[in-house]
Amino acid sequence: MAFEALTDKLSSIFKKLRGQARLSESNMDEMLKQIRIALLEADVNFKVVKEFINNVKEKAIGQDVLKKLNPSQMITKIVHDELETLLGGGETEIQYQKNKPTVIMLVGLQGSGKTTTAGKLAYLMKNKLHKKVLLAACDVYRPAAIEQLEQIAKSVGVPVINKGTNISPVEIAKIAKTEAFNDHYDVLIIDTAGRITIDDDLMEELNNIKQEVVPDEVLLLVDAMSGQDAVNVANAFNDKTPLTGVIMSKLDGDARGGAALSIRHMTGVPIKFAGVGEKITDLDIFHADRMADRILGMGDVMTLVEKAQESIDEEEAKKAAKKMMNGKFDLEDMLDQMKKVQKMGSLGGLLKMIPGMPKVTPEQQAAAEREMRNFEIIINSMTPEERHNPEIFQYSRKIRVAAGSGKQVSDVNRVLKKYDQMKDMMKKMEQYRKSGKMPPGGLGGMGGFGF
Amino acid sequence: MGLISFLKSKFSKKTENPDAESYSKGMEKSRQNFSNKLTSLSKKYKKVNQEYFEKLEEILIESDVGVNLSFRVIEEVLEKSKQQKIFDSDAINELLIETLFKDYMDKGEQLTEIQFNDKGPTVLLVVGVNGVGKTTTIAKLAYRYKNQGKKVLLVAADTFRAGAKEQLQIWADRLDIGIVTGADNADPASVAYDGVHKAVIDKVDLVIVDTAGRLQNKQNLMNELAKIKRVLSKEVENAPQETFLIIDATTGQNGVIQAKAFAEVTSLTGVVITKMDGTSKGGIILAIRDELGTPVRFIGLGEKMEDLKEFDIDSYLYGLCVEK
Repeated sequence: MAFEALTDKLSSIFKKLRGQARLSESNMDEMLKQIRIALLEADVNFKVVKEFINNVKEKAIGQDVLKKLNPSQMITKIVHDELETLLGGGETEIQYQKNKPTVIMLVGLQGSGKTTTAGKLAYLMKNKLHKKVLLAACDVYRPAAIEQLEQIAKSVGVPVINKGTNISPVEIAKIAKTEAFNDHYDVLIIDTAGRITIDDDLMEELNNIKQEVVPDEVLLLVDAMSGQDAVNVANAFNDKTPLTGVIMSKLDGDARGGAALSIRHMTGVPIKFAGVGEKITDLDIFHADRMADRILGMGDVMTLVEKAQESIDEEEAKKAAKKMMNGKFDLEDMLDQMKKVQKMGSLGGLLKMIPGMPKVTPEQQAAAEREMRNFEIIINSMTPEERHNPEIFQYSRKIRVAAGSGKQVSDVNRVLKKYDQMKDMMKKMEQYRKSGKMPPGGLGGMGGFGF
Repeated sequence: MGLISFLKSKFSKKTENPDAESYSKGMEKSRQNFSNKLTSLSKKYKKVNQEYFEKLEEILIESDVGVNLSFRVIEEVLEKSKQQKIFDSDAINELLIETLFKDYMDKGEQLTEIQFNDKGPTVLLVVGVNGVGKTTTIAKLAYRYKNQGKKVLLVAADTFRAGAKEQLQIWADRLDIGIVTGADNADPASVAYDGVHKAVIDKVDLVIVDTAGRLQNKQNLMNELAKIKRVLSKEVENAPQETFLIIDATTGQNGVIQAKAFAEVTSLTGVVITKMDGTSKGGIILAIRDELGTPVRFIGLGEKMEDLKEFDIDSYLYGLCVEK
């Protein structure tokens, strides 16, 4: 996730400060210099960085940090507050119209993720907010852009206004709006072609679409990998079609996404959503406060909780828990549990949200995910009987499963060992439950994958 | 002769440098942001001081050159200015540009055109993160080499993104060249294999393999890329002979991380920088060259088929620095 390297940098600086009894003018300078470099390396705009550093400095000096006993905590708070201010603070949501379609226009440079995000927005609004959504394919320039939107819309299950490519985007938008009104859609999402800001004709076309449909929201797509120029791009779009929000795309990469901070600060336009993966569900509401927490290594527990709630059906979870408690737990249940964890998003993504666990290397993550996949392959190679009664496993069965799954016998043993551990733990839990006490250390290690 | 006057004289004869005009036109906005800033700065400060160097640093960083390289270059210019007693702002600006591109040029003359195999097809694997312009660049490269009389085959190994296959298909139809596609969500490596297999049978000169955009921190997707690469070499020895990483000119410092990650998995032979006709300065190519030594092979200076040009550092500097 973005901002992570920045988190690492700042924590290491704070760690250095932690070792020192008090802040001096010189070590604060060093820290500010390091923060400046970290922010610049994170692609935060030069001017924003300058202002940020000055603000932190002013606040630190103004609050008489030199006499504080715990200067690192003090600085952490100041940097955190400043980052949160910079990111905008609070939450920003789409304001839906009550009695007519809410018209949303997506704009941005080529390749920023407009079409993909149009699909994700449609999915989110349809499935989570129960809106009736219509898409309009207004990118008549890029080959197969309309085809792309059609395919995505089909997977979401929403209709697309597709008038081909021999018609002006302004016309298509107009037709779409009429249709959205006549058929009582709640939301119309207009996908426009990517354009560079210096292309006057195309920028004017955007303006014309805007005049025609009078959108409630104009959302700019910004690639999390954008460099220093992102602010100029945002300004140019904002001048032509006043923006109501920004969507950061590709935040699941390792780019630090400093452009988000810059654009928010320089244009005043709030960031509303964040694209966090390639799946249709991978669009999150952008939370400035959580992002600031994240920058400072405080984790993102709320997002984790929300994700878990969405992925796991509560009833099912209760059933599974009951099964566990009764000690009737077989390999299929174990696989089921593992799949649920996988459904919540990649393991790495989840672990990163847990405070106190920021130091999982990509290699460790990959290894854990690989192990989960291997478990699945091996369990799938077993007979139903073996899955329900793992106790019957003997060497000959292990050899057969190993051959069938293309693995080694030792791999099969690992699955069975993990199963024994989990089952063992469940028995203990059951005993504790009956005795009314929880095991010491809680449920740590449940379904753990080697971290 | 100073660098700027050298460039001016080199590019005074249009016929000898047919691409110079494209660079100059395509990089107009970049130039306004870079060169004009330098000029107005030197007008403001006739003699340089500490503040002047800070402003120079700002210009470099705002061009996405990167913090490390910017600091180093400024340090070097400061040093030279003291040693050679140069305090005139115009001269300092020229020194800055020379220093900035010295490293790039020091790595010597670089090849840009695809190096063709003597016998059998030459395979070009095209990789990059999402949305950088891989498919469009492939169309432009295909156009270029078709016009050079090569028999070109496209391979649509992006089986993941909706509409990707269709996008490449449209280009193949427009350019009237062959294409190999697979089913949606088919194993990209198997499509790649089918592609080179057909290329051998049809005696194709150049096979261009399009791959799905992938963020370099997605281990499983990077593994998939490694597999595609392995499969290519099964059918054609030493394939892919060329692997190009496509980078968007608007990319910030993550570009270096991208280049490193892709180089690890696919051993890149070059970088293609796209969307250079926008307002960004593409300073990331210097940072990449500095950290990895991977040369830029082509540069996208506009939307038209002909707008993909061989990368030439002199033309690039001319486009970026020489005002009309």
